[in-house]
Amino acid sequence: MQAKDIAALLNEPACAHNEKSKSGCARPKPGATAGGCSFDGAQIALLPIADVAHIVHGPIACAGSSWESRGTRSSGPKLYRIGMTTDLTEQDVIMGRGEKRLFHAIKQAVDSYAPKAVFVYNTCVPALIGDDIGAVCKAAAEKCGVPCIPVDCAGFYGTKNLGNRIAGDAMFKYVVGTAEPLPVPPEAQRPGITVHDVNLIGEYNIAGEFWNVAPLFDELGLRILCTLSGDGRFREVQTMHRAEANMVVCAKALLNVARKLQTNYKTPYFEGSFYGVTDTSMAFREFAKLLNDPSLTERTEAMIAREEAKINAALEPWREKLRGKRVLLYTGGVKSWSIVSALQDLGMEVVATGTNKSTEEDKARIREIMGDKTRMITDGSPKALLGAVKEYQADILIAGGRNMYTALKARIPFLDINQEREFGYEGYSGMIELARQLALTIQSPVWPAVRKASPWAKTSVPGIELGA
Amino acid sequence: MAEILKRNKALAVNPLKASQPVGASLAFLGINRAIPMLHGSQGCTAFGKVYFVRHFREPIPLQTTAMDQVSTVMSADENVIIGLKTICEKSKPALIGLATTSLSETQGTDIKRLVKEFYAANPEFAHIPVVPVNSPDFSGCLESGYALAVKAVLETLLPTIAPSPASGRGLGRGLVGKRKKQINVLAGSFLTPGDVEHIKELIEAFGLRPLVLPDIGDSLDGHLTEMDTSPVTLGGTPVSDISSMGESIATLVLGNSLYEAADFLKQQTGVPDYRFDCLMGLDAVDAFVATLAEISGKPVPEKIERQRAQLQDAMVDAHFMLGFARVAIAADPDLLYGMSRLVTGMGCEVVAAVAPARATILSDVVASQVGIGDLEDLEIAARRNGAQLVICNSHGVETARRLGVPLLRAGFPQYDFVGGYQRLWVGYRGTRQALFDLANLMLEHAHHHEPEAFVSIYHQGVKHAASAAGGKH
Repeated sequence: MQAKDIAALLNEPACAHNEKSKSGCARPKPGATAGGCSFDGAQIALLPIADVAHIVHGPIACAGSSWESRGTRSSGPKLYRIGMTTDLTEQDVIMGRGEKRLFHAIKQAVDSYAPKAVFVYNTCVPALIGDDIGAVCKAAAEKCGVPCIPVDCAGFYGTKNLGNRIAGDAMFKYVVGTAEPLPVPPEAQRPGITVHDVNLIGEYNIAGEFWNVAPLFDELGLRILCTLSGDGRFREVQTMHRAEANMVVCAKALLNVARKLQTNYKTPYFEGSFYGVTDTSMAFREFAKLLNDPSLTERTEAMIAREEAKINAALEPWREKLRGKRVLLYTGGVKSWSIVSALQDLGMEVVATGTNKSTEEDKARIREIMGDKTRMITDGSPKALLGAVKEYQADILIAGGRNMYTALKARIPFLDINQEREFGYEGYSGMIELARQLALTIQSPVWPAVRKASPWAKTSVPGIELGA
Repeated sequence: MAEILKRNKALAVNPLKASQPVGASLAFLGINRAIPMLHGSQGCTAFGKVYFVRHFREPIPLQTTAMDQVSTVMSADENVIIGLKTICEKSKPALIGLATTSLSETQGTDIKRLVKEFYAANPEFAHIPVVPVNSPDFSGCLESGYALAVKAVLETLLPTIAPSPASGRGLGRGLVGKRKKQINVLAGSFLTPGDVEHIKELIEAFGLRPLVLPDIGDSLDGHLTEMDTSPVTLGGTPVSDISSMGESIATLVLGNSLYEAADFLKQQTGVPDYRFDCLMGLDAVDAFVATLAEISGKPVPEKIERQRAQLQDAMVDAHFMLGFARVAIAADPDLLYGMSRLVTGMGCEVVAAVAPARATILSDVVASQVGIGDLEDLEIAARRNGAQLVICNSHGVETARRLGVPLLRAGFPQYDFVGGYQRLWVGYRGTRQALFDLANLMLEHAHHHEPEAFVSIYHQGVKHAASAAGGKH
């Protein structure tokens, strides 16, 4: 990928972060950097497309320690769970045999697994030695008769976020608009309900959580043409251009897809989230607003009233357990406020929140929801986080999986809120699971047990004794 | 002697291999107050970190030189210097492991020169050893990367021993046995923290003091400490101990993959070594224990005799379930070899064996063929040869499910299994538990030899009636 192409991807006019600097995030500092690379981001964004063969073109490190690590679920094909890589050897690199190996690899994948399409992810080494994966994909597609999509996402191009954009860009460039949606089958038509086609962009169906929400779309007559990419299929991505409205779910990473759909196909979009009662209702209202169908609006309001009443009753026993508990929230960007409303729905108090990936707009939103006394934390190092937990007397730390063992080692209750988690919290019913997981860790009898000194500790040497 | 089948396809499907940089990192994680830094793009480190965090359920210190597009094309030398300096300033480690990746190797980095340049530019950090190791992921696998890092640690830290004035024959030679009870242990990557812990106990039972390199039994054993957080490893081989390895009375080398590192140690120090390819199964453990008795000059303690007798009893009990059992194994070479010895020692047959990369030990694996390949290869061979049980890491779950046979999880990674990292496999005790587990898996799943229920045409109606009543007895 050319430097100017990367620069173009980094410039996302629809993103509020764009105001601050055109170059995107700051250059990573050697020896003091955490986080994934562009390949990581691209793979995360597209891997949930379930009927595609995902081939990682490179030496083993990229696929070897990352395959089968995604908590996303499919209702049908499981092909996305098969790890595939060209596993380049030193000889391949020296002799320049990477392209040839890739070509045969695509053919092998098609022969053995009959995928609907093949996605080829480029990585650092082939990018450095100049493998032309675009040309190989083109030749292989002709030979095999299956679409082959190059995703040029070498790790050194930049951050995970850039990788998300590269993935979205590849879908837009090569896949979206290459097929038309089928007509709605007559048996799915209901009197008085006009079916509207919509897309969800950046919804990954972690632990199947989107299935908490999906039945409500059916009920309202909203046909989801494509979720990019949770429980997605190649054909669904092809038809995305025909949606009447798009929702960018809880992440700015694939905003470029929504923006381009708006520019090229005039599809309006909004940013929303399915975390918490308030936000879930808001998402449905936004769809109704964009689709401008009075009947839909009416049915949406009725559905919201019914679901909110139901969930409020169901949450009452959990609120008893969680009311007044103090939360320290450390997640990036949008989630920092979207999850806050979920926690407030449960009667919990968010004492501080991380804002180092949030925009000014996000911060304003946080102040609006939580009031001025909420502290904003910008330093996400383990030491700073633990210090903040102590300072604000938090009962629980809610953060990404990366911080899980930081909390547990310090004997602090923890809830994982990021992509790798094993539980789904979306939608109205997801709130019950969220409440359950929160109560489970906060109330656990293990915390007093692990904070307790041994009975003989007092009689031994005073002070802290470390092993050996 | 097993026939080695070369990789024969363009696409690796369901890879078994983990990369050399990951293996090198693991070795460095067994050194106290250390931090590995991978010279590559930040994803190399992020993936490695998640890999270990999920396996060990521990925070894992691992850094990156964060090569971006400009440094990848122009030069990433500066990244290494800045990275080392940043870590030294921020974390004050006792050691930095500097492992290359295929990205920096393809670029052509000269990692050893960069370490020299770092010290020249930052003499204030001369006391912090930096261990460079060439560990590109386009060669080898986790096991070989680990072995390269162990050798690199020795190469970096051993020459600091002062030449012996007594003998003058070379570095440290006259010092052999100066520490009468100290015994070196080079611990291979097939050992879990639980294994390393047990090996130390065995050695201590003979009145000896084990100096284990690397000691993941002390750093990755999963324990809560008074310290809330640490940017470097908590526990592991103390750096200062490594330089005293030349004063030990003997070295125990555990794992064929470490023989090159062992050659170097022996050549540098003159300390005699004893080599073991595996520590599972009666014969292998007998050889190890007998060696400890020989070195220490002490009889085998009664406690260990008892463990041996317990293992023998378990072997007798378990042979009914394991005899003729058809086993498929996928693992890094040393572990594959050990597992094949263990199960064939019980009368099993290894009908499918796959390793991710070549190694000398593979020809000694007790199977007719060993494939260099992935889990797709394992699955095909296991299906063709009617395997009844799979031994593999957590990626084998789906493989075993498709084959319809039970799985025993072994090796890296085990992300869907709490405590897999800690499990004891070696010694009499570990072998005994492994046999129990294998036998139980066979018991739970083996219905192959029972005849189908037969009901006579003359059955008078009562047999069907009884079953239809749904267990009224």
